[in-house]
Amino acid sequence: MSFLGKLSIESVPYHEPIIMVTLAVVAVLGLVIASLITKHKQWGTLWFDWITSVDHKRLGIMYIVLAMIMLLRGFADAIMMRTQLAMATNGAPGYLPPEHYDQIFTAHGVIMIIFMAMPFMIGLMNIILPLQIGARDVAFPFLNNLSFWLTAGGAILVNVSLGLGEFAKTGWVAYPPLAGLEFSPGVGVDYYIWALQISGLGTLLTAVNFLVTVFKMRAPGMKLMQMPIFTWTCTWANILIAASFPILTAVLAMLTLDRYMDFHFFTNEAGGNSMMYINLFWAWGHPEVYILVLPAFGIFSEVISTFTAKRLFGYKSMVYASGAIAILGFVVWLHHFFTMGSSANVNAFFGIMTMVIAVPTGVKLFNWLFTMYRGRLVLSVPVLWTLGFMVTFTIGGMTGVLLAIPGADYVLHNSLFLIAHFHNTIIGGAVFGYLAGFAFWFPKAMGFKLDEKTGKAAFWCWQIGFLLAFMPLYVLGFLGMTRRLNHTDNPDWNIWLYIAMVGAFVIAIGIFFQLLQLFVSFKNKDKLNDTTGDPWNGHTLEWSTASPPQFYNFAHIPHIQDIDAWTDMKERGESYQRPQQYSPIHMPKNTSAGVFMSMSFTVMGFALIWHIWWLAIVGLMAGIGVFIKRCYTRDVDYYVQVDEIERIEQTHLGANTTGANA
Amino acid sequence: MNTVTATMHTDDHAHHGHHENNTVFGFWLYLMTDCLLFASFFATYAVLFMNTAGGVSGKDIFELNFVAVETAALLVSSITFGFAMIGAHKQNRGAALAWLAVTWLLGASFIGMEVYEFHHLITHGHGPQQSAFLTAFFSLVGLHGLHVTAGLIWMTVMFIEVSRRGLPEQTVTRLSCLSLFWHFLDIVWICVFTVVYLMGAM
Repeated sequence: MSFLGKLSIESVPYHEPIIMVTLAVVAVLGLVIASLITKHKQWGTLWFDWITSVDHKRLGIMYIVLAMIMLLRGFADAIMMRTQLAMATNGAPGYLPPEHYDQIFTAHGVIMIIFMAMPFMIGLMNIILPLQIGARDVAFPFLNNLSFWLTAGGAILVNVSLGLGEFAKTGWVAYPPLAGLEFSPGVGVDYYIWALQISGLGTLLTAVNFLVTVFKMRAPGMKLMQMPIFTWTCTWANILIAASFPILTAVLAMLTLDRYMDFHFFTNEAGGNSMMYINLFWAWGHPEVYILVLPAFGIFSEVISTFTAKRLFGYKSMVYASGAIAILGFVVWLHHFFTMGSSANVNAFFGIMTMVIAVPTGVKLFNWLFTMYRGRLVLSVPVLWTLGFMVTFTIGGMTGVLLAIPGADYVLHNSLFLIAHFHNTIIGGAVFGYLAGFAFWFPKAMGFKLDEKTGKAAFWCWQIGFLLAFMPLYVLGFLGMTRRLNHTDNPDWNIWLYIAMVGAFVIAIGIFFQLLQLFVSFKNKDKLNDTTGDPWNGHTLEWSTASPPQFYNFAHIPHIQDIDAWTDMKERGESYQRPQQYSPIHMPKNTSAGVFMSMSFTVMGFALIWHIWWLAIVGLMAGIGVFIKRCYTRDVDYYVQVDEIERIEQTHLGANTTGANA
Repeated sequence: MNTVTATMHTDDHAHHGHHENNTVFGFWLYLMTDCLLFASFFATYAVLFMNTAGGVSGKDIFELNFVAVETAALLVSSITFGFAMIGAHKQNRGAALAWLAVTWLLGASFIGMEVYEFHHLITHGHGPQQSAFLTAFFSLVGLHGLHVTAGLIWMTVMFIEVSRRGLPEQTVTRLSCLSLFWHFLDIVWICVFTVVYLMGAM
C-alpha cells in the first residue's frame, strides 16, 4: 500500500464538468469571504469569539449557519434531480449519468437530514433552551463546543467527497449487500460511514449535555412540569437521541468491520444477515424523524401561544403527548420494511402501533386550535409558517396512516408516494417549524427583527412550491413510479414530473427571498432594532434578557413560580427589577481544544476512508492527546465582576422604563 | 471588599460542588447510551450465533475453565476498585494508589487472557472472517475488551494524577466516573459470560 493509501490524482473527478464548475464556484466564494475577513481584520474575532467559543448562544448561531449552508447544498442536489427527471422522459438519458445521479440522491438525503435538519434543530435548542430554564450556560460548555465541531467535521467529510473521490451511490440508508465491499468497492460508502459516525458522536454528546442541563440546572422553583413547552419537546428529543444514536454507532461500526476487515455481519455468504442491518438502521432511523419533528412541535406551541397572546391550551396534555410520541416512536421501526416477509401478525402489530401515533399528534393539533380559539392571532411570519404546517402536516400525517396499513404498503413501498409522504412530514413538519423558530427567535439571537415583507414572500413561495413539487409525487406513486429512477419511459408520468420540477423552482424563489430577507434586514437593522429584548410580548424567560442576551444570560437568576415564567413575572410586576446586589458570575473560558480534537478525528476519518493507515493513527492519537491536555488545563474559568455586570444590566434595564423606575 | 470575597468564596464552592455533581450524572447518562451500544451488539449476536456457515459453534471453541478465571479476574477487580474509592473518599492517597494498581493488574490480566484467547482462535483457523457466528462473537467480546483497554489507559492517567495532585474534589469526581465505568463493564461482562459463553457451551 502506498504512502497515500488509495488516494491519487485520479481521485479528483476532473472529467466531470458539473462537479468542476461547482468546485470552482465554491473556491471563488471561499476566496471572496476569506479576503473580506482579511480586509476587515476579522480573523481574530472569528477565532477567539466564535470558533473557540463555549457560549451556547454563539454555538447555536454557528449550528444554524452550518444548517443554512447545507440547505443550499442539499437543495442544489434536489433541483438537479428534479430537472434530470423532467428532462429524462420518454427514454431520454437526461444530463446526469446514473453513477452521478445516484450520488446526488444519496448526498441529498444524508445532507438534508444529518447536516441540515439536525444542526438547525440543535442550533435553535442551543440558543433558546438554557435561556428558557433560567440557566447561565449548558452543563458542559466545552463539550458543547466539541459537539458542534464534530458535527462540522462530518459535514466537511461529506463535502470533501465532492472533489476527492465520490459519495455513496446507495441511497441515504446504505443497505447492504449493496453497501458492502462487493457492490460498492469505492470510497463513497466509507465517506458515508465516517461522516455519520463523527457527527453522530457529536449529536449524542449534545443530548447528554442538554439532558443534564435540563435535569440539574433549572432556575430555582421551576418544576419539571413548569418547563416551557419547547424545552420539554427538546428534552423528549434528547431522550430519543440518547436512546437511538448508539444503535446507529453500532450498525455503522458493523458495516465498517464488514467493509474493512472482511467480517460477515451483513454479507450474503458465510451466514451474514443483511436484514439485521435494516432492522438496526431503522431502530435508529425511525426515532430520528421524531427527534427532528418534536422540537418543531415545541416551536409551533410557543409561536401560537405568543401571537395569540394567550397561554398554551392543554400544557400538560402537550407534554404527555410528546412523551407518547417519543415512546411509540421506538416500537414502529418495522413499518419501513413491511415487505421483508414477517408474518402477518408482526406486520399487524407494527401497523397498528404506527396508526396509534396519530392519536397524540391529533391531541397536539387540537391543542393548537384551541389555543387560537377566541384569541387574536397576529399573522406574523412565524404564524404563517405554523398555519402552513398545520395544513401540510395533516396531509402528511394522513398519508402516513395510509402507508401504515401493511396491505397498502405492499403496493406503495418504495414508490414516489412514500417520497411525497416523508417530505410532507419532514418539510411541512420539521423544516417549517425551524423556519418559524428562526423568524421568532432571530431578534433574540441577533438583536434585530427580520423584514416582514420578504419573509412572507418566502413563506408563500415555499408553501405553494412545496404543494406543486410533492402533490404530483403522490399521483406518480399511484401510477407506479418507484423512487431513485434515473430516467423514465412512460408518457402518463411526464406531466406530473414537469409540475414537480416547477414546484422545485418555486421553492428556489422562496430560498432566494430568505437570503434577500437576511440582506434587507441587516441593511435596515437600525429600524428593526429590538431594544426591549421582548419584541413579541413573550411568555418565557428568554424574553427577559436583552437582545442579544448578556453573555452570562442572567445577572440574577429568577425564582420561578408558574409555567410561562416571564408572563407570570410581568403580571406580578416583577419584571425588569434590579436586585439589591449583584454577585460575581462564574463563567467558563473559551478553548481551542474542541476544534482541534474534532479536526483530529476528522483527519482520522479522512485517512480511514482512503486507507492511509499511518495518518489515521496520527489523527486518533492527536485527538486523544488534545483531550488529555485539556483535562489538565487549570485556567478554564473566571469571574465576571460586579461593576461589569452593573454596567451591562443598566443598559438593558434602562431600555425598559419600568426597570429604570424600580 | 471583605464581603465580596466572602460571597465569592461560598459561591465558588457551591458552584464547584454543583458542577462535580453534574459530571457524575452526565457520565452516568453517557454510560446508559454505551449500554445501548452493547445491547445492539448483543441483539446482533443473538440473531447471528447460529449462522456458523458449516464451521465451528460455541460448543466447539469455548473453554469454560479458562473463561472462568478471566471472569474472576475482572469481578475481583471491581471489588478492588471499590477499595480504591474508599481510600479516595478518606483522602488516603497511599491506599487509593495501591488499590488502583491492584485493579490495573487484574484488568490487564483479563485483557491479556482475552488477547490470548483471540490469538489462539485465529491461529486455529477460527478467525472472525470464517462465519457470521465468529464475526458476532469477536465483535461483541472485542467491543467489551476495547472498553476495558480504554479503562486501563484512563486508570493509568488517573494513577499519575493522584500521585501528583493528591485527591482534590475534581480528582475524586474523575475517579468516581472511572469507577462507574469499571463496574458497568463488569456488569456487561456478566451478560457476555452468561449469554455467550455459558449458553454457548452448555
